[in-house]
Amino acid sequence: MSALQPLTVHAGVAVPLLLANVDTDTIIPSREMKTVSRQGLGQALFAAWRYHYDGVQRLAVNEEFVLNQPAYAAATVLLAGPNFGCGSSREHAVWALADYGFRVLIAPSFGAIFQGNCIRNGLLPVELPLEQVQVLAAWVAAAPQQHQVTVDLVACEVRTTGGHVWPFVVPAVARSRLLEGSDEIAETLAHAPDLAQWRERDRRLRPWVYAGEAG
Amino acid sequence: MPATLFDKLWETHSVRSFADGSALLALDRVFLHERTGSIALASVLDSGRLLPAGQRVLATMDHVVDTHRTRSDATTMPGGAKFIQAMRITAHRAGIRLFDLGDPQQGISHVVAADLGFVLPGFTYVCPDSHACTLGALGALAWGIGTSDCEQALATEMLRIARPKQLRVWVDGELSPGVSAKDLALHLIATHGSAGGERQAIEFAGPAIRALPVESRFTLCNMAVEFSAFCGLVAPDERTIAYVQGRERAPRGAAFEQAAAAWLQLATDEGAVFDREIRLHARDVSPMVSWGTALEHGAAVSGRVPLLESLPEASRGRAAKALDYMGLAPGAALAGQPIDAAFIGSCTNGRLDDLRAAAALLDGQSVAKHVRALCVPASGAVKRAAEAEGLDQVFIQAGFEWREPGCSLCFFAGGESFAAGARVVSSTNRNFEGRQGPRVRTHVASPATVAASAIAGKLTDPRGFFPQQEEL
Repeated sequence: MSALQPLTVHAGVAVPLLLANVDTDTIIPSREMKTVSRQGLGQALFAAWRYHYDGVQRLAVNEEFVLNQPAYAAATVLLAGPNFGCGSSREHAVWALADYGFRVLIAPSFGAIFQGNCIRNGLLPVELPLEQVQVLAAWVAAAPQQHQVTVDLVACEVRTTGGHVWPFVVPAVARSRLLEGSDEIAETLAHAPDLAQWRERDRRLRPWVYAGEAG
Repeated sequence: MPATLFDKLWETHSVRSFADGSALLALDRVFLHERTGSIALASVLDSGRLLPAGQRVLATMDHVVDTHRTRSDATTMPGGAKFIQAMRITAHRAGIRLFDLGDPQQGISHVVAADLGFVLPGFTYVCPDSHACTLGALGALAWGIGTSDCEQALATEMLRIARPKQLRVWVDGELSPGVSAKDLALHLIATHGSAGGERQAIEFAGPAIRALPVESRFTLCNMAVEFSAFCGLVAPDERTIAYVQGRERAPRGAAFEQAAAAWLQLATDEGAVFDREIRLHARDVSPMVSWGTALEHGAAVSGRVPLLESLPEASRGRAAKALDYMGLAPGAALAGQPIDAAFIGSCTNGRLDDLRAAAALLDGQSVAKHVRALCVPASGAVKRAAEAEGLDQVFIQAGFEWREPGCSLCFFAGGESFAAGARVVSSTNRNFEGRQGPRVRTHVASPATVAASAIAGKLTDPRGFFPQQEEL
């Protein structure tokens, strides 16, 4: 992936889904990963909760699921519980969230692989303490369309018109990557000479790693 | 400065360190599979970038291939052939060795990596699969990545990693008969929560870990990701050296002696400091089973589903949802819950020792009439070794299906699954909603517990099958 859409300040409707340990199987079930492409997965986001099924046959939309409630139809910010995105490394979970229209996720913590996948795809994972996420969720739920949430990656703070102003911390590398939408592979390749030097030394220290290789 | 095993792995692979504590780590080995590997590989091939030397990358078919004897590209998973063929085409274009259908070494990536000695102590290993952490059992720095990271791993052989905090899990004593590394992992997660090891590098150490065979260490490190860890590690020791010696990709003769001496130096130095330590005693670990839809929803098989009031307030909503899904009541006894199916396999518990542990209970016994039971060896090498010992016959005579290698029913990709509403006891790693099929209720447990439960037709503590040990 390269040429990501940069993210600086984002304001939008937020949708609360505050369960703990929501795994990537739940974000997108394996059965919904039908193509070898990164596109078009938004319809499969939270499929098992979003639709009623007969076996694997989708019957109808589950009106009760929060994402299906009309007030949240335009949501671009997801308020989630601790350890959001744990489990399988499937990047499809992030592709599905992004394709659905999410730009920012706010949770007390994220699954490690999932968090890395978010940054790779221009989706901002913001960590706020559980109490703050709970306060935000309650405030948002009172008037979802009016009570929008602003996430400012330049100032590293979450703001609302309800007077909430909370700072957050994002690792510097992730922050600049999201702000600039930069290509990590190209940046890393700039260190290829360092790797070549490292290899030369490593071939002497650990020859067994390279056994059977030419040259 | 005394250093930990993790410190040593980190330092030896740091190509460049940054002020924020992160580093560009050199990658020794990459394993691809047909589910996500071909997407990453195709992107690199299309970009025209160079790939690592052929020795450093392997590919396998494991995630969506069927495990029936008559399997072919036309999988039970709708559209599965697309994944299989894309992997075959991209591996061929890239000149990467692929363990295709019919290859005697085909199997689950992390198990094949160990079978072949593709990953050895002190290596770095990544795979676009969260259970890559399994290989930490050899004292290798191994972690799961997404597709984009995999693309970068192939294109640059480096990944920039934020340095994780270090947690040592110290286990005194020795696990009792009938209690396995799987139970230890489930005990740890039930005690400290699914996020208990969040983003940390965990070293499993102490007398109980030293006493574990290497295959059990694989199970333990495999489950590190279910504890939300960055990776799991066990320091290489004489058991590790004996395990890797003679494997296809391991060095031989004097080269092996030189390597083995270096591997033993990787162990954590006396006095090295961890950010955190969890201490437990092996005698406190019983056969465990999950009762909900996250692995922190776990209890002793001989115990009960907790009362909701006994859980932290923040966990109750999720637990109530889980019990509704699982069809269990708060406070219900776990042993005796009738089961519909039993599954033995996966990268967690599909190795030879796991099959032996289950077969020891199944020998001369029969699976309860109403129970559908499957055994899926994790790799071709495991399957052949098991057949050489006659284990296949033990499973078959007990009423198990004996399958070809693969991830199989560890997860549902749209093809084969258990019946909706079925209660399954499974030696796999995840009990998430729908993980093994729509509305399937998964109870994660050890191979011995799965075997004991299959025989009884209900969740059963396997210790009843073992001679009682005197209390020390």
